[in-house]
Amino acid sequence: MEWADLVSGVLAAAIPMAVPLLLVGLGEMFDQRAGMFNLGAEGIMMMGAFVAFFIDLKLQTPWLGLLAALLVGAAFGLLMGLVCVTFRSPQGIAGIGIYMLGWGLSGTLFRVYVGGPTPIQGIASLNLSSLRGVPYVGSVLAVLNPMDYAAFFLIPLSGWLLFKTAWGLKARAVGTTPRAADTLGIGVSRVRYQCVVLGGAMAGLAGAYLSVCQAKMFADNITAGRGFIAVALVYFGRWSPWGVAVGAAIFSLAVAAQRLIQFYGAKFPYELALVIPYVLVIVVLACSRNRDKSEPTALGKPYYREYRG
Amino acid sequence: MAEQIKLLEMKGITKRFPGVLACDSVDLELHAGEVLALLGENGAGKSSLMNILYGLYKQDSGQILINGSEVTFDSPLQAFTLGIGMVHQHFMLVPNLTVTENVALGLCHDRTFALNLGEVRRKIVDVSRKHGLAIHPDAFVWQLSVGEQQRVELVKALALGANLLIMDEPTAALTPQEADELLDLLRDMTKRECSVIFISHKLNEVRKVSDRVIVLRGGGKVYDGPTRELSDSELAGRMAGKELGQAAARAPQPLGEPVLDIVDLHARGDRGVKALNGVSFSVRKGEIFGLAGVSGNGQRELAEVVNGLRRVDSGNILLDGRDVANCSPLHIIGQGMGYIPENRIHEGTIPPFSIRENLILKDYDTDKMSVHCFLSMDKTRCFASDLISSFRIKTPDMETNCASLSGGNIQKVILAREITRNPKVLVAVYPIRGLDLGATENVHEQLLRISEAGTAVLLISEELDELLALCDRIGVIYEGRVMKVLEARKTDKQELGLLMAGVESPSEIESPSCPDERSIELEEVST
Repeated sequence: MEWADLVSGVLAAAIPMAVPLLLVGLGEMFDQRAGMFNLGAEGIMMMGAFVAFFIDLKLQTPWLGLLAALLVGAAFGLLMGLVCVTFRSPQGIAGIGIYMLGWGLSGTLFRVYVGGPTPIQGIASLNLSSLRGVPYVGSVLAVLNPMDYAAFFLIPLSGWLLFKTAWGLKARAVGTTPRAADTLGIGVSRVRYQCVVLGGAMAGLAGAYLSVCQAKMFADNITAGRGFIAVALVYFGRWSPWGVAVGAAIFSLAVAAQRLIQFYGAKFPYELALVIPYVLVIVVLACSRNRDKSEPTALGKPYYREYRG
Repeated sequence: MAEQIKLLEMKGITKRFPGVLACDSVDLELHAGEVLALLGENGAGKSSLMNILYGLYKQDSGQILINGSEVTFDSPLQAFTLGIGMVHQHFMLVPNLTVTENVALGLCHDRTFALNLGEVRRKIVDVSRKHGLAIHPDAFVWQLSVGEQQRVELVKALALGANLLIMDEPTAALTPQEADELLDLLRDMTKRECSVIFISHKLNEVRKVSDRVIVLRGGGKVYDGPTRELSDSELAGRMAGKELGQAAARAPQPLGEPVLDIVDLHARGDRGVKALNGVSFSVRKGEIFGLAGVSGNGQRELAEVVNGLRRVDSGNILLDGRDVANCSPLHIIGQGMGYIPENRIHEGTIPPFSIRENLILKDYDTDKMSVHCFLSMDKTRCFASDLISSFRIKTPDMETNCASLSGGNIQKVILAREITRNPKVLVAVYPIRGLDLGATENVHEQLLRISEAGTAVLLISEELDELLALCDRIGVIYEGRVMKVLEARKTDKQELGLLMAGVESPSEIESPSCPDERSIELEEVST
């Protein structure tokens, strides 16, 4: 077996795995930076996946499907904001509620209006022959989905938004010491709403990627826990876009390697191989500490201006 | 830049919180270039009144007028565009942002993308030059000492264009020298047509800095007039509602054998850096040993190490001759250790538990409280009602949540629990922090009483008046080392203050620490 084949084989399996994690993870990062802990990302992904699939099925316009998933995700983010920012409900419970709602609603709508497994046209992969020349990875990079390139581009864009703009500065302040932000005239609720809507939209997009770009169909529980893995990846990545990207890469490479082990029929119990990526996430989480002070310390805490603590 | 505030008036300000009347139709007037002191005990409504002026709270009734025209605040944004700046008691800084970014937050509230940190940095440097406030604009706030953070708060307020500064208990965490510098600085600023509202419950500072004083008690105004017209005891009397005697003076005690012996103790702080660097001292039976120092010099770590709550790297802690270093807290309590922790709400008590439950926390498993393995309601009730009456804990009943008591009464609960166990050693960490005069007096009485009964008391404090009045000997802790142990009767605030600032011999006073040196240190930290 050639090294080049191995590398491109692992990459080809890892990239489609990494992209939805990256999309939902970056969204969740904005949520958490502003102090909003959105456990409902998984449910929002399912809604995004269904909506994009359904629009593609009925109108044969996958790009419109992606846009619709973005909007539905934003609407779910708005709901999360309403419950947790305006009504100051506990975020963990609200997040589980959003997850259940997204799961139940997408499954029900699917059964009522579609019924069984139906293929869609989806968004096809590109074929950029100019990239073929790149050693080792050229053959993989040339045939990616347009959304894959977009996801890669979102990493530096998120970094710029979070660390180089006034809005990012506000978001970081609001998630760490909302009271300090408030005394400087920053609308804490407003910024939290913005982040949670952005996070919802990204989760919707991540779901749409699964149905429209990857599977080109919809099935119940299509997200298979990726929304929850993303929450862990945000901790792993220390709330930085690069960290989230590294986390998504490690996780998907572990998944891809695990598949490869099975594929080549190595003498290794496949159940154990399946566990590897998840164990990896737990180990890494257990070992990470708040050395760099990047943790949003007000994460999960509702803000109430006239609370006297 | 905001228009200058020539006259600020607050008329009939009333604010209610659930169950509390925080401000009861208070009037206030302030002219440009004036320093107004706002004096009152905890809960007198000082901070609430100022938070209304700053737009954080909304008053239930009353008006605010600036230069004669009425203004309303929905958020601090309006307050600081009108030129009102506030330095809060608990600093309003974001620890994981740099100094520049913290100031930028206030300047960029209406922008989405554009963020010109270079311009903000220049503004900071300008302001800090103009007012002589040395700060390092690129340091992260979490790297700064309390004094430096205070300077950042001041620079922030000034950079945002404040010409009326509200200072909420600004000297609480400073050394006496730093506090004096700050007071001079505030005086200086009034010459530039700034006005200052200075909140405090320290009489000497109020006298030093203010032209006029307003005394609040229980939300209402009880005095408004020139500071020099009232004596200290009259002011204290207005504040407390009764004339207070001087703090009980300490009679010379016959001191016994050392009970707590700390030998060359090393330990690390939360961030893994050395917090204790070879601490050695001993506390004798019946003695009150004071440990003075600016907070953050290893006091908290020392208290935790002695009580088994933090690992000792090397060294010994001899409690009555037996080494208890790295023993479990339970073992150390069993050996006769009592502890009044720094944080009375989260360490000293369990807030949602009742007073009765909090009082038996250290004895619930003994025969005093239980029958076989079951808690005895009768025994615990009897015990709790005894303590509530003998320590005069003000509460509706013993089943009330500890969280709903005032700070002074929570401290009484802790004192009652610790003192009735007759410990050999009692470690008290900042026991009067945030308490008003009445509650402070009570804590001091209890400490004196227990030391006369033979307990060795280690009192960690930054209030020099308290230490000088109560202690037999005072050690000064600086950067994890005890600099010097002094006889309390043979020292004074000046000497202690210098030691607290790390100046070992008086000759060093002539060369004040150069701000550049500090900046260099910071740069090393950040790289």
